[in-house]
Amino acid sequence: MVKETIIKTANLNCYFGALQVLKNLNLEIHRNEIFGIIGPANSGKTTFLRALNRLNYLNASYSQDGEIFFADKNLKNISDNILRKKIGIIFALPQVLPVSIYNNIAYGPKVHGIAKKDAIGHIVEESLKKASLWDEVKDRLDSPAMKLSGGQQQRLCIARTLAVEPDVILYDEHCSGLDPISTAKIEDAMQQLKETYTQILVTNNTKQAARVSERCAFFLMGELIELDETAALFTEPKDKRTDDYITGRFG
Amino acid sequence: MFAEGKKMNAAKIREKVAFSVLGLVTLLVVIPILLIIFYIVKNSIGTISWEFITQSPRNGMKEGGIFPAIIGTIVLIVGTMLFSLPLGVLSAVYLVEYARDTFFTRLMKLSVVNLSGIPSIVYGLFGFTLFVLFLKLGTSILAGSLTLAIMSLPVIITATKEALESVPLSFREISLSLGATKWQTVRYCVLPYAIPGILTGTVLSLSRAAGETAPILFTVAAFYLPRLPRSVFDQVMALPYHLYVIATQVPNIPVSISFATCFVLIGLVFLMNLVSIILRSHFRKKKLW
Amino acid sequence: MPRKISEYIIESLIRLSGFLVIAFVFLIFLFLLRDSLSLFKEYKIGEFLFGRNWLPISEPPKFGIVPLFLGSIYVTAGAIVLCVPVGIAAAMFIAEVAPTFLKNILKSLIEILAAIPSVVLGFIGIVWLSPYLKHTFGLSTGMCGLTGSLLLAFMALPTIISISEDALVGVPRAYKEAAFGLGATRWQALWRIVLPAASPGIIAGVMLGIGRVIGETMVVMMVTGNSPVIPTSLLQPLRTLTATIAGEMGETVSGSVHYFALFAVGLVLFIITFIINFIADSCLRRARK
Repeated sequence: MVKETIIKTANLNCYFGALQVLKNLNLEIHRNEIFGIIGPANSGKTTFLRALNRLNYLNASYSQDGEIFFADKNLKNISDNILRKKIGIIFALPQVLPVSIYNNIAYGPKVHGIAKKDAIGHIVEESLKKASLWDEVKDRLDSPAMKLSGGQQQRLCIARTLAVEPDVILYDEHCSGLDPISTAKIEDAMQQLKETYTQILVTNNTKQAARVSERCAFFLMGELIELDETAALFTEPKDKRTDDYITGRFG
Repeated sequence: MFAEGKKMNAAKIREKVAFSVLGLVTLLVVIPILLIIFYIVKNSIGTISWEFITQSPRNGMKEGGIFPAIIGTIVLIVGTMLFSLPLGVLSAVYLVEYARDTFFTRLMKLSVVNLSGIPSIVYGLFGFTLFVLFLKLGTSILAGSLTLAIMSLPVIITATKEALESVPLSFREISLSLGATKWQTVRYCVLPYAIPGILTGTVLSLSRAAGETAPILFTVAAFYLPRLPRSVFDQVMALPYHLYVIATQVPNIPVSISFATCFVLIGLVFLMNLVSIILRSHFRKKKLW
Repeated sequence: MPRKISEYIIESLIRLSGFLVIAFVFLIFLFLLRDSLSLFKEYKIGEFLFGRNWLPISEPPKFGIVPLFLGSIYVTAGAIVLCVPVGIAAAMFIAEVAPTFLKNILKSLIEILAAIPSVVLGFIGIVWLSPYLKHTFGLSTGMCGLTGSLLLAFMALPTIISISEDALVGVPRAYKEAAFGLGATRWQALWRIVLPAASPGIIAGVMLGIGRVIGETMVVMMVTGNSPVIPTSLLQPLRTLTATIAGEMGETVSGSVHYFALFAVGLVLFIITFIINFIADSCLRRARK
């Protein structure tokens, strides 16, 4: 099966002010895979993720050079709001709007022009089902989303991202604040989503990367050190630094 | 050891004295405030009545009420709000949500600071020369409201700016990450949560505009207009101007009428301030995040 | 796409609002300048700025602003001498000494004071303060600079108190705790450590208070006697820049030399308050860092 490339970077360099955070990054993400990124803090993992949907530009000091391609189109030629519709992101800490569960998920479709109540209701239900949250909240869709537990809120965030029908989902250490049971539920959901979506997972938890991802990249201090099939990376890393990190000698 | 104890005592005594002095000085500030209010109320009690508030003046202001002046002030408040609120809110939205750190932005922030420091009489001059003469609006509600509106801008801009900045950054991030445009983000995820602060600041700014005399001296105010205004190009009576004239320029008006006018003016201004405070505490309780 | 167009319109309006704010400051300056320059075509600018006689209706008219400028200075200086120590002392009391419930009451009272319209204070000056001072000190008239200074000091207090209180509260707790650790009393910590640390903010507050006082119109027009002579003491009538504009505008013919002269006075006021506010705002910004 030929793996189709959905995201490609070419000589990507990212800067915050004078500080270079990513150096000369070249990699490809394949459609429908779960791609893991591991590495210690400040290695540029989050910066890479947020470069894909241009969220880095919310920071006034950010600049980048090099190219990023999404489905063979240069990112520069895609407008911000379309890009972010197609590449969704789940943040590290669950962040919900102070409105009802229903309205949190309905917000995305609404801003993209879907007005009919029935259509939105259908989208809300489908998204919650795909995020494995439907059964827990179906009777209280109008209650405030902020009253949900951390794990539920994070699944809500996944549901609202799914509601705008992205092609790619980015996860920025999204389980770092959650208990093991919530984490397991989310990891299950991610496996279900594989059929339809490409997923890129940044995590500090190497074991999670080993569980969930098919290919994995190791970032260190802004550079891509090694990229391989997950099993190979974890059992026979080719670079000593990768080995040191995975076995816990630093990080 | 006892010598040290004595030194500590001396310092403690000095502290008690100093704090008492501070307290007395504060009393010196606070007591006149209460006395002024008491003095005005005491001297208006005889004259304040429902008739006073609802009737027009008669007999060259020696009798009757000040109804047209109350209406005039209310009309000016509404006019000021209509011009200053949209402009002030949009300017603040620009400053907080759209502006980047450029010379233009710094110039704009400096302009807001300057506008807040311009003397009210200079606004009156400006309003006269721009609105009354140059734009040929004549002394009118329109000219007066526009003048008061420019004067009110800094307060509304500052209050809106603070309200916008207090909305958590995460709301904007969430909205943008779902593919909403900047304006959609501002409109659905930021502005609704800034409304309490905007409302409070607006009422406060309008309460100040209601009490201002200098800006309306040459732009709208008239002294004796027993009939109510019929269009925005009419002049109106206004409470602050009315008080000024009967206190300084018209002889033979019983001082009780002056006190009563003063009472109504203060009453209106304080009422608006009270509304602003109530709004503030109401919204603080309802805060959802 | 209609949504794209409406979004474009709204974003343009937002940018335009930002631009308008800057435009207003320039417009005010330009309109003042335009009519001032008309004065300087017929009357030498040197005689305007340094002339010691303000006699607009004499033949030939004289427009020297020195008496007016000094009038403003005297009244402002008198007010500042009173309200700065009182205001800072009150701020110290509210920030550091008063227990919480008292603090809230005091802050509310200060807000009430800030809300009192200037024409009301002028009225109080006419009906009570002026006769009181005349009677108590045996003055030839109660309509003098002193009455104005007292009222203006009272008006400037809320500005000085609230900004100074912010500055005092903004001093990092670590400073105070370091002082306590060395055995200082609360007073010693306040006087020797907190107050000096808060001084940039307090100075900014004082400057803003000065700006407010110099720009005040109604109070001075109602109680300082309106006599445009070079003042030699606060106990005589004098006239300020602001009162001159407000008092004489009604008597001038639009387009006459007198009319232009009043605009020139307005320009002087604009420049003075511009400079004061600019310095005060820079101090505040530096203090916040």
